[in-house]
Amino acid sequence: MIKVLFFGQLKDQVQTGSIEVAQSVEDVANLKKTLVLYHPQWSEYLSADSTLVAVNQTIGNENTLLTDGDEVAFFPPVTGG
Amino acid sequence: MSDVIAVQTEDFDHSALYNALRQDSLSNGAIVTFSGLVRDFNQGLAVGDLFLEHYPAMTQISLQQIVAQARARWGLGKIILIHRVGHLAQGDQIVFVGVTSMHRKAAFEGAQFIMDYLKTEAPFWKKESTELGDKWVQANVSDTTARQRWTGDE
Repeated sequence: MIKVLFFGQLKDQVQTGSIEVAQSVEDVANLKKTLVLYHPQWSEYLSADSTLVAVNQTIGNENTLLTDGDEVAFFPPVTGG
Repeated sequence: MSDVIAVQTEDFDHSALYNALRQDSLSNGAIVTFSGLVRDFNQGLAVGDLFLEHYPAMTQISLQQIVAQARARWGLGKIILIHRVGHLAQGDQIVFVGVTSMHRKAAFEGAQFIMDYLKTEAPFWKKESTELGDKWVQANVSDTTARQRWTGDE
């Protein structure tokens, strides 16, 4: 099971803060494909160049490998400070 | 010399933090502090209140990494970094960074480095209530450029 979180504007766009993905996915690219399979309307947001990903609270990328129990967060560029 | 890194909803007291920095070693003769406040105007729109969201599990880790990088690069003395989250109003304090060092150059650069990295890497997002309704703040290219000067890949 992978726990998926959304933050900032992306959370509004996908209209949820978190979901769980039960099937096993190999990497972040694979996870995105799986999410879009169930939520086709998320495609444009998840595939946007500006969308960032963190795996277990560390910035990752499309090729970051995933294992059961990982926490994956998608979010737009940060705007703190 | 123990650093303070905090993410909190409460306000902070600038003079108390400055005094904490002064308590650092007497070998450190330089203190630089920066405070960021909520403006009344941003990206072309009048702004009322602000809501600051963050990714709690990642925020502390991210700030610790930024502070560790600054220390490794400039050998700073004490570092205090505080960032507020939740609802903030015009003029409220958002962020504080304070560093001590032996000489001013390291203190100036270290503080600037921490802010530049915080603005581009720490997982905070601002939502403003503007004259046209609530609006997520968009990232500034100038912030990325500011960070890139520290790595030379401009």
